[in-house]
Formats: sequence, structure tokens, C-alpha cells
Amino acid sequence: MRITAIVNGEPREADDVWEGESLLYVLRERMGLPGSKNACEQGECGSCTVYLDGVPVCACLVAAGQAQERTVVTVEGLGNRDALHPLQQAFVDAGAVQCGFCTPGLIVAAHDLLGRNRAPSDPEIREALAGNLCRCTGYEAILAGVRLAADRMSEPAR
Amino acid sequence: MEFLRPTSWADALAAKAAQPDAVPIAGGTDIMVELNFDKRRPPALLDLNRVTELTDWSIDDGRVRLGAGVSYTRVIDELGTELPGLAMASRTIGSPQIRNRGTVGGNLGAASPAGDSHPPLLALDAEVEVASVRGSRRLPALDFYTGVKRNALAADELIAAILLPRARGPQQFCKIGTRNAMVIAVATFALVLHPERARVGTGIGSAAPTPIRAHDAEAFLADALTADNLWESRRDLPSALVREFGARVSAATAPIDDVRGAAAYRRHAMTVMAKRALGWAWDDYRKVA
Repeated sequence: MRITAIVNGEPREADDVWEGESLLYVLRERMGLPGSKNACEQGECGSCTVYLDGVPVCACLVAAGQAQERTVVTVEGLGNRDALHPLQQAFVDAGAVQCGFCTPGLIVAAHDLLGRNRAPSDPEIREALAGNLCRCTGYEAILAGVRLAADRMSEPAR
Repeated sequence: MEFLRPTSWADALAAKAAQPDAVPIAGGTDIMVELNFDKRRPPALLDLNRVTELTDWSIDDGRVRLGAGVSYTRVIDELGTELPGLAMASRTIGSPQIRNRGTVGGNLGAASPAGDSHPPLLALDAEVEVASVRGSRRLPALDFYTGVKRNALAADELIAAILLPRARGPQQFCKIGTRNAMVIAVATFALVLHPERARVGTGIGSAAPTPIRAHDAEAFLADALTADNLWESRRDLPSALVREFGARVSAATAPIDDVRGAAAYRRHAMTVMAKRALGWAWDDYRKVA
């Protein structure tokens, strides 16, 4: 089947999509967006977290057909190499990236948190990121990255 | 495989009638795992995300009518006052990403004995509204669970809504797992006090082939609270009463040893959870006085 959706602000389509395929597979293998990572395929790890109609979800648990005519934002839609999102820059500066596999999902989940809560407490950060696993166990630096981003993003624009 | 995408409830029921082996998918948090791991190849998926009739809740005659497609996140954000026990259970489910997609209707469809929303439904005497092109019917949640991952749905039926009374007394929910997130329950317990009719409701998860109630413990506690005039006096609960309630709740279970826990552990945990839940609920009840 053909899938059409607005992905990172642009209309995209994919053909020959198998009906049992996940949104994650469509993004990575058919649309050339490998930022969202494929790890557990069962919603445990959060590496594939994307926004679906503005709500963070595990793309591996969304059937491709459920994304038809919906709006999807992946980590690629938040910033790019030349213009990192402040949250991405904060992860770099805080050393919140080790192997990097969990990072895209954490960026999307933390982006959602900071969109709802400009000054989250540590328990609020932990709760918001509870569905994202870092196999390198670099959680302290990840928390520091989110705190740093929150501080920078709350400063008045210069 | 076919992908059926009805946009109305009538179309969804017609599609299910025409193709009874189509597997409904809402949040996908169970079905997609089975597809991703090649454990299931249904001839068709029946996507319910576009059926707007399923994604709303309303209050009608003292009851909440919760559409089967309302996410756990919305139960938490919007129904914490009306359905505090179900909202507490919803907070323990998965992760934010899972709660954004998963639904109470999906929990009922999967009918796992470990489903976290089942104990609050049982404790509340909730009814499940199911429908087909033949019409709709309502059945008590207790009658909906028929076996391990089996439910009372006919092949052409879909789950429409869950009907739950608005809270009129304290409600509690306890869950045991290895961490606070992403945990399939080792054991769960839900407790509802119904002071307006001097009754007690319970629900037990992950400790029998299906979610169950502790009928004997409910009757024992309600009768004791009435006999000792405790509903009115709101005095401290006698510790012997709390102990006996915990023992009777545990006695209602029929747990097994599995990868998540031992049967003996589950029986002990159930005693502890029942006593604690009663203590917390009674504290709440006394505060309101």
C-alpha cells in the first residue's frame, strides 16, 4: 500500500509498504530517515521515539497505515548538523552522548518535556525519560544535558 | 495482509462483521510487538484510530462512559477526579510513549491477567459495552475475562466503551514490579470504598488465570465496617480487621510461579498490598470527614 504523511514539515510518500510494517521501518528504510533507531521493536527502549500528531510515541508500535495523512516529526526535524536545536547542543556540551544509539529518542522525549515544562525538576525529568533506555548507562550526563537545555532555553533571547 | 481503515463506528462494525478474523489495532502496544516478532500474521488489521466515536469520554447519569480508544495519558490528565483508581493504575503503565498510545479498550481486548487497568474496573463494578452489527450489549467486567488472554467478545464484536461510576469514596491501586516504569506487573491490587452504599470493591491482577475479585474479603470488610459503625465514626481501623482483610484477599488468589515471580511471593505480596491499600484508603476517608 502507499503511505502519505507530513514528515518533518514536508509531504512524503512511500510505496509498496507491507500492511504489517511499522512506522519506524517506513521512516528508516523507505524515507531515508535513519535518525530514529531500531533497537527493541517492542516499545521498551524508546530509541524510535517520534512525534505523531504532536504526541511522542514509539514508532515501532505504530502500524504504517496508522500514520496515513498524519503529521510525523523525527529527530531530523528538530535540528540539523549546521543548526542544532538548543537541546541537541546541550547534549553535546554536557557529554550526554556515549554510543549515541539512544540519543535520538531521548532528544525527542526531552523535547516534548521541555515543550510542556520549561523548568522541570529532576523527578519530572526522570519520569519523562522513563521510557528511554541508555545501554551505556550514561543517565547522569543525560539528566545534566536536559537541565542545561532547560536553563539555556529559559534565558531571554539575545 | 489487508489494512482496514474505517472512519466511523458503523463502518468499523461492518468491517468486523465482514471479516471476523481481522485483528483490531488501536494503540498497537500489544499487536505491533507480535507483528514485529513474527508471532502473528493476521489476514487483516482493523485500525480503530480514525473512529472518533471511540476517543471521547462523557459523564452520564453518575457514570463515566469511557470510549475504548481513550489513551491512558488522557485518563490520567482528564479523569483523575472522576476515576482516581483507574488514573493511578494508568500512571503505572509502561512509559509516557506507551501511555500516549495504549488504551483501556486495548487492555480489555488483550485480556492479559497482568493488564493494569483490570483491577480498578473490577473494584468499581465497571461494565464493558461491546457492539456488532447485530446490536450492542453490556456485561460486567468480571464476566468479560474468560481465561488467560481470552475474553467474552464474539468474533464480530468490538469493544465500544467502559462504564464506570464516578468516585464517591477513596480508591487505591498498588502494583509490584522491578522498577517504576516499563514493568509488567508481578502483582496488582485495587481497592474502592463505597461509603454511600456501605460496600467495598476489590480487584486483583497477575495472581490468577484472569483478573479476579476477592469477594469474601469485600463482604468481610464491608460487614465489619457496618457492624462496628466505622463508616459513621471513621475511627482508626482495628489492626485485627486490617490483618484479616489482607489474609482474605490473599486467599482469593490462585497464582503461579513464572519468570516475574513465585506464587508464594505473590500470595505474600497480595496480603501486604491489601493491608496498605486499606490503610491509605481509610486515611483518605477520614480526611474527608
